[in-house]
Amino acid sequence: MLRLLRCIALTFAAAHVHALTADEAKSIASGEGATRIEALRASVAHADENTVRFIQALSDDNVKLVDGKALIARGDRAVDPVSGSESAMPASAEDVTNNNRMRGEIESALAALQLLSPDEALRRAAVKTLQGNLDEAKLPLIDKALSLEPVADIRDSLALLQAAALLSSSDRNKRIHAANLLAQSSQAATKTLLLERLRDESDAQVKSVLQRSLSQVESRLAWGDRLGAIFSGISLASILLLVALGLAITYGLMGVINMAHGELMMIGAYATYVVQGVFQKFFPGAFDWYLLASVPVAFMASALVGAALERSVIRFLYGRPLETLLATWGISLMLMQLVRTLFGAQNVGVENPRWMSGGVQLMGNLSLPYNRLVIVGFACAVLLGVWFLIERTRLGLFVRGVTQNRPIAACMGVNTARVDTYAFALGSGIAGLAGCALSQVGNVGPDLGQGYIVDSFMVVVLGGVGQLAGTVYAALGLGVLNKFLEGWTGAVLAKIAVLVFIIIFIQKRPQGIFAMKGREI
Amino acid sequence: MNRRGPLKAIAIAAAIATGALTFTSQVLAADTIKVGVLHSLSGTMAISETVLKDTVLMAIDEINAKGGVLGKKLEPVVVDPASNWPLFAEKTKQLLTQDKVAVIFGCWTSVSRKSVLPVVEELNGLLFYPVQYEGEELSKNVFYTGAAPNQQAIPAVDYLMSADGGGAKRWVLLGTDYVYPRTTNKILRAYLHSKGVKDTDIDEKYTPFGHSDYQTIVADVKKFAAGGKTAVVSTINGDSNVPFYKELGNAGLKAKDVPVVAFSVGEEELRGVDTKPLVGHLAAWNYFMSIKNPDNTAFIKKWSDYAKAKGIAGHKDKPLTNDPMEATYIGINMWKQAVEKAKSTDVDKVIAAMAGQTFKAPSGITSKMDEKNHHLHKSVFIGEVKADGQFNVVWKTPGPVKAKPWSPFIEGNASKPDEPVKK
Amino acid sequence: MNTPLLSRTGWGAWLGALVLLCALVPVLNLLVPADSALHLSDFVVALVAKIMCYAICALAMDLIWGYTGILSLGHGVFFALGGYAMGMYLMRQIGLDGNYKSPLPDFMVFLDWKALPWHWVLSDSFVATCVLVLAVPGVVAFVFGFFAFRSRIKGVYFSIITQAMTFAAMLLFFRNETGFGGNNGFTDFKRLLDIPIATPSMRMTLFVITALTLLLFFLLARWLVASKFGRVLQAVRDAESRVMFSGYNPVGYKLTIWTISAMMCGVAGALYVPQVGIINPSEMSPANSIEIAIWTAVGGRASLIGPIIGAFLVNGAKSWLTVTYPEFWLYFLGALFIGVTLYLPDGVVGLVKKRKGSKA
Repeated sequence: MLRLLRCIALTFAAAHVHALTADEAKSIASGEGATRIEALRASVAHADENTVRFIQALSDDNVKLVDGKALIARGDRAVDPVSGSESAMPASAEDVTNNNRMRGEIESALAALQLLSPDEALRRAAVKTLQGNLDEAKLPLIDKALSLEPVADIRDSLALLQAAALLSSSDRNKRIHAANLLAQSSQAATKTLLLERLRDESDAQVKSVLQRSLSQVESRLAWGDRLGAIFSGISLASILLLVALGLAITYGLMGVINMAHGELMMIGAYATYVVQGVFQKFFPGAFDWYLLASVPVAFMASALVGAALERSVIRFLYGRPLETLLATWGISLMLMQLVRTLFGAQNVGVENPRWMSGGVQLMGNLSLPYNRLVIVGFACAVLLGVWFLIERTRLGLFVRGVTQNRPIAACMGVNTARVDTYAFALGSGIAGLAGCALSQVGNVGPDLGQGYIVDSFMVVVLGGVGQLAGTVYAALGLGVLNKFLEGWTGAVLAKIAVLVFIIIFIQKRPQGIFAMKGREI
Repeated sequence: MNRRGPLKAIAIAAAIATGALTFTSQVLAADTIKVGVLHSLSGTMAISETVLKDTVLMAIDEINAKGGVLGKKLEPVVVDPASNWPLFAEKTKQLLTQDKVAVIFGCWTSVSRKSVLPVVEELNGLLFYPVQYEGEELSKNVFYTGAAPNQQAIPAVDYLMSADGGGAKRWVLLGTDYVYPRTTNKILRAYLHSKGVKDTDIDEKYTPFGHSDYQTIVADVKKFAAGGKTAVVSTINGDSNVPFYKELGNAGLKAKDVPVVAFSVGEEELRGVDTKPLVGHLAAWNYFMSIKNPDNTAFIKKWSDYAKAKGIAGHKDKPLTNDPMEATYIGINMWKQAVEKAKSTDVDKVIAAMAGQTFKAPSGITSKMDEKNHHLHKSVFIGEVKADGQFNVVWKTPGPVKAKPWSPFIEGNASKPDEPVKK
Repeated sequence: MNTPLLSRTGWGAWLGALVLLCALVPVLNLLVPADSALHLSDFVVALVAKIMCYAICALAMDLIWGYTGILSLGHGVFFALGGYAMGMYLMRQIGLDGNYKSPLPDFMVFLDWKALPWHWVLSDSFVATCVLVLAVPGVVAFVFGFFAFRSRIKGVYFSIITQAMTFAAMLLFFRNETGFGGNNGFTDFKRLLDIPIATPSMRMTLFVITALTLLLFFLLARWLVASKFGRVLQAVRDAESRVMFSGYNPVGYKLTIWTISAMMCGVAGALYVPQVGIINPSEMSPANSIEIAIWTAVGGRASLIGPIIGAFLVNGAKSWLTVTYPEFWLYFLGALFIGVTLYLPDGVVGLVKKRKGSKA
């Protein structure tokens, strides 16, 4: 903040500046939207330190109106923006509210002022903000910034800004020059600008230049779209993988399709919610790290519930898979109702920690959300962990043995009952991890599991059992296929098409992509 | 002697069935007026509807504390149709024939209302429906205390088209796939045509109930917005809103670039969402909790005291009020006034007495039930989401707007009368 | 056919049920005055009619699960298809009395459609509708079963893909563009065969027809099961490989009983819709189909009378519990699933038989 003021002071030392007056402050803070914006734009052109401070306060929602005077609120004191004198904030003070349009104008006003900041990052951010919201009054500031700018790529962006403003100039050559320059851009906002200009343009040559630039920009944007579609397919695949991995393990081992799998995910999600509550109450400072703490909690919660289910119900139904289906469906109903009784039928709010909100802007129109990136990474980590467990540990050896040939494994001294319990707990724990991940992208409610259960079955059925690779490929395939179809036909038809595809695929290859070699007919 | 097996089994079954059924037909004789509450307490709609059941119970407690109606206390009969539409019809039949309720407060989705409608018309019952809906209906036996499209959707579009609202030129009409969004979007499309917007500048999209993966849709909105200043009109229903807003926030679509106005998102729906990326997105209702006036302050206090006393999940720590709750509260108070005016709970007399009823609503206006068309006159408020999950009112109609249940933008509606037709 | 269709007492019970449902109930509902203690209320009549439709489904499920060992978790789709076929006819019967006074159903008007789509072309004929009620579920079942059984898909995999089938169908019907009313489904019926549908006499007629259908299907099922065909089915259930080695092709048998079962569900759906007054895609939800399985399991598989009893017990409990203790209904249902599979594999009928056995 201080830096900003200093730079403004430096810059405007020689410029035409006049001090903020009380009337000016009042006309920016109150009245009709259009007049407020005009006043704001005018004041930017002649900004002094006080104006900057005032606009910043407006952006922070810290300005109040008292008897027709605009005052900056600091705590419960009121500061006069013109004189700087402090006084007590009267109770009759009205809040100054800004709507979207006002907020946009304030942001671009601040950005314009930041163009001359000594901080490079601030200048870069300022240019980005102005790309969306440019008006004629800011052109002199841009010209000045362009002449003073040392860094090359910021200069290029500033040149594009200037070109955008010049696109509606009355000089034909300037327009052609601007249109040519804008072909370099990869911003969606440029496309909007070019389209609008095309509509109003009358000169044929300028029109053809505009058209050429437009197609260049559009082809660049199209790449962004394609990559975006691929990423969303991978993101969906990572979620499907998490959801189906646990099921694949238990099904491969015990031939049990656990209809309560969705509810085990829900338990993991609610465990995350509870951990969030604990952090909110006892460790508010470390709130952003609640997610790391909730990963093991979710795993343990679901694993324990899974182990309890296996011991109490499922082991007695060994050898009767159809009855297990029904019994686990019954368990799922009870779990859902239990959660409703404990937490209420409403959804509960799970907030994303700060480092999971927002996204990374890769290209002009390609923005990858952090939460999905983290989930893709998380799915890979879980996969790696499970692979390590199955391939390199003793328990994994027993699980593989019992999956391949239960009687012989028992003859070799493996306690198959205990292996069953551990494997079921493992599968349930992974479901809990999936629930933890799902809480960051969607709703957390008693019905969380129901939305994913058919998908997880399909991945398991398609991928075949006995090998993790099958689940991975099936999840990838279904995720990417679903997202591509969605781009053409919409979400519902894509899902139906995927389901029909699986039904047909199963006719041809009933054992799935990766099948265990065995003697089943 | 296993020939007797099947016979005995049938006998047992019949006994159990009859026993179960006669249990339900026991009617408690008491000197009370029964009020039916028909809201889903489980299933997908429980999220929105449970709080309305509690609002009715709170209003009944309040009325009983003041001496009841016509000297009798009100007795609530609460049933759970579990978000299952055929069950709504069955429960209505039960409320009207077994429990003999004088009035039913209920329904949320249009499907549930449409399955209840034939029952309530055939048995001459009375239903108060508190949720905003698509219009295209006007039944003698129903009083609609929620907004019709001209009291919500059209003013919102007007605001977004205005310079103050962003001056939108292109429109994405995004909804859940059922009758309310379909009809509302049909009306909006016709309205936009009347304002000179071309079909190439309108994109209509639908997702199923419970849809949660909005990546592709948000990417499509971004692409569409590159063609010109775009506004999104969202009729997404229920909990699909949470993943939609999360995706929107993460994709960097700020409200000042592409404003999204929603008709089914209120204070309650924002409860489960991180509202920081949503600041500036809009909602259009006839009531916001943040409206400042003495009636609203009293209403909110009443609700928060009630929620604390009854330990209502969620509301006991953070009480929230919303538009359907206000509409329910207005409805039950107007019904009470109508019964007192008609000096009877007979449905036809009450229907006649409802015409022209007024009530000082928490939204600040004096709400009035139209003399003929069974709808309330309502003011429209447009609010922007604030970081704390409340709404900042940025625009409102100068006064109450009369409802037009038969939208003038749909063909054939011009000839429809503004009152229920004798069937 | 050596075994008789029903034993002496069996016939007695059947005739008793016939008289009770087709004679006594109409009298108690229509002729006995409303304030008398013997009067059977409309509410009870509607409820029993609904449960009878469900009982037909449970019977159909018993034929494929109890006797052939095929657990289908998607039978609700056939029930719904039959229901939709009848629903289309009833929607056309509304004629010009809809909200928009248009020959098209209301939902098509608000979708801005100008003409009936191709799949509605037979919906104004009652005879064609009756054929469709049997044909559509039958054909869908035949095609699905042909491919599934031919590939030797069985057991848990088969159950899972029946779930996928009903889920896909549900998604399809939820789309408004598909032309079946989307989420609203079909409702607000006015007439059947030009007779108003909401009158007590029409309701009682439908009730009696449903009862007769249930009883006739019961006889049909008994006949199927007691014949040689039935014995092969039970052999398929017990040891399919041995059946193949004995020279029978199980595919044909499974396909036949699967299709018959689907058609029975379709008829049940067609009777359900005019009595309940609404059909909507949530009838196709996987949860509904799984409930059909539990009615069969509770009553007792492979006993034909068991599933009917199971349907009455479970649905009766549901009606009662959702009024008195709504929060406990799902606990009860869940516990029922678990309890029946763990402790009562032969259901209520099995329990009764065991008591008989231990006494004798």
